[in-house]
Amino acid sequence: MDLVQTDVATDRWVLRGLDRLIEALVGRFDEVIGPVVLDGVVRLQPIESADDLPIGIADEQAPATYRLRRDASALRFSYGLGPDSLKSLVHPPRSPVWTMRRRDGSLVVDAAHHPTHERAVIGARACDIDGLRVLERTQTGGDHADPAFRANRNGLFVVAVDCTHPAPTCFCANTGTGPSARDGHDIAMTELETRDGAVYVLRAGSERGRALIDELQLERASSELIRRAAREPGVAARGQPRSLPANAPLIAKLAEHPQWDDVAERCLACGNCTAVCPTCFCTDMEDVVSLDGDGATRVRVWDTCFSMEFSRVGPAPIRGSVTERYRQWLSHKLGTWHDQFGESGCVGCGRCITWCPVGIDLTAEIAALAAPAEAAR
Amino acid sequence: MQHELSSPTIDWPARIERGEPPSLAVWKFASCDGCQLSLLDCEDELLALADRVSISYFPEATTAMVAGPYDVSLVEGSITSEHDAERIRQIRRDSALLITIGACATAGGIQALRNGRDVDGFTSIVYAHPEYISTLATSTPIADHVPVDLELRGCPIDRGQLLQMLASVLNRHALRLPTTSVCIECKARSTSCVMVAHGTPCLGPITQAGCNALCPSFHRGCYGCFGPMESPNVGALRAQLGTLGLDGDAIFRLLNTFNTGAFATAVEEGST
Ligand code: SF4
Ligand code: SF4
Repeated sequence: MDLVQTDVATDRWVLRGLDRLIEALVGRFDEVIGPVVLDGVVRLQPIESADDLPIGIADEQAPATYRLRRDASALRFSYGLGPDSLKSLVHPPRSPVWTMRRRDGSLVVDAAHHPTHERAVIGARACDIDGLRVLERTQTGGDHADPAFRANRNGLFVVAVDCTHPAPTCFCANTGTGPSARDGHDIAMTELETRDGAVYVLRAGSERGRALIDELQLERASSELIRRAAREPGVAARGQPRSLPANAPLIAKLAEHPQWDDVAERCLACGNCTAVCPTCFCTDMEDVVSLDGDGATRVRVWDTCFSMEFSRVGPAPIRGSVTERYRQWLSHKLGTWHDQFGESGCVGCGRCITWCPVGIDLTAEIAALAAPAEAAR
Repeated sequence: MQHELSSPTIDWPARIERGEPPSLAVWKFASCDGCQLSLLDCEDELLALADRVSISYFPEATTAMVAGPYDVSLVEGSITSEHDAERIRQIRRDSALLITIGACATAGGIQALRNGRDVDGFTSIVYAHPEYISTLATSTPIADHVPVDLELRGCPIDRGQLLQMLASVLNRHALRLPTTSVCIECKARSTSCVMVAHGTPCLGPITQAGCNALCPSFHRGCYGCFGPMESPNVGALRAQLGTLGLDGDAIFRLLNTFNTGAFATAVEEGST
């Protein structure tokens, strides 16, 4: 990302309402994606105007529970994260790899085209933008970079919003990934409620973000608004009750801990946690063959380490029990991810806590594992 | 309960190797016909299919009835009478490949609710002349009676899975059907979780994928018609259904509908 180092710290602009910004994005990009209330849940969806965004919505999140309710505010981002991270935009659940046809006795393979669309997302949260960076390392960091990921990421213009109303399931202050966007965005905003309705204090995160701000000819923000905007993240961070212990990476040394059997009693091995996690990236290949046997399509699909078949090597799955599968997930996410990628795989979004149908909370699991981890140090 | 992951090795006879289309028969036992109709429902692909197989026996679709043996038999329905038990043994003898389709054939269907209960009592309530009824005390899957080569789950089966299965048999490539939960399909198609977001009881987390999460996409909980997924933790889901407000009877009814036999087996095996 082409970060503008010089003015990021100081320059702030003000925007009253989001109409002009969203109009500009819609005019400029093939698709604009933002939060939309659908079936009682805030989802990321294509939008056409500011009217599509929620207004005066609050959420209640707890393990295995998500509910929305109305509140009286004029705010458009007064709720925590919904189930969609930015993962689907860069690493979709299904992506075509190639098609094959039999032609004149030989097989012709056509590689799938990499996406060329330019998209903007508005309302991206700090932890999810950090999730994009973590995912980028897994998908493009080695010798075999995924060209589809790269094309999707490069074509994505990110308008971040600082989290002012994190859910109690969030723990970004602890993982150091939020609540305020630091990099990876093109524009970041802080939403403030004023007597004249919602006001946005903007900062640029890239050249193209700055160019858009210039094009909109926005006013500079007053020092009063800048002060208020600067206070918000601290207030949001203080409300977060959950955290991971500092020794969480030692988890990988605790393969024999009885807590793994305990959590396996409760875990459904359903894979919801890996699907909603902004950094879980594992996939499988699916081949669809035509009835005449003359054509085939290979599609890359999301998979999950909670699947028994996912661990099949030769004749049998190597992680036959749920104990082994939950252990694999959490030990990789918090432990061996460090060995592999030099950091934690968890950005503290809390989605796996809310969207686990039985409310398994990784922060509680790691707490139960933590005392012996202290001993293993 | 493990699902067959790849096609059985098929050694077609020489006439098929030479290009003659394999013969296909479609059989019905205790069932509603819905699964067979899924085959007729493959409108766009029916012509391609008609090119690849010769339909020898399919009363739902054609009056032509060619005597066996058959290369491929699709079997719908469960075994509920002595006569059917004999008939399926004959079909097995007549068929090179026997494929069961749908929850009745793979798990005994809704009619397996009779299992372990007073069937004579039921017949006397339902029929004016119970003395004419000759039935077994149980409804059992086809695989309890004869060896089965492949099975397709669901009530009804999924058209896409049926076509993939036929394509894999005809072209002899590996067939892979998902063995994971319905949740995976909800998440892949961006359906919001009805349990977490609406408090709606759902069997999705313990049910095998394959329907593309049809019911949750219409805001309903999953009824489990594809049967248990690869490692169903029935006990843990049961506890959560209780938390959502279902009492023991309601949980029992939810688990004992389309795959009554299969989920009961999963509970017995205590598989987690
Ligand atoms: S931790 Fe929860 S969401 Fe993840 S597989 Fe287990 S039951 Fe499903
Ligand atoms: S492990 Fe859970 S809290 Fe951490 S990033 Fe993934 S979904 Fe979010």
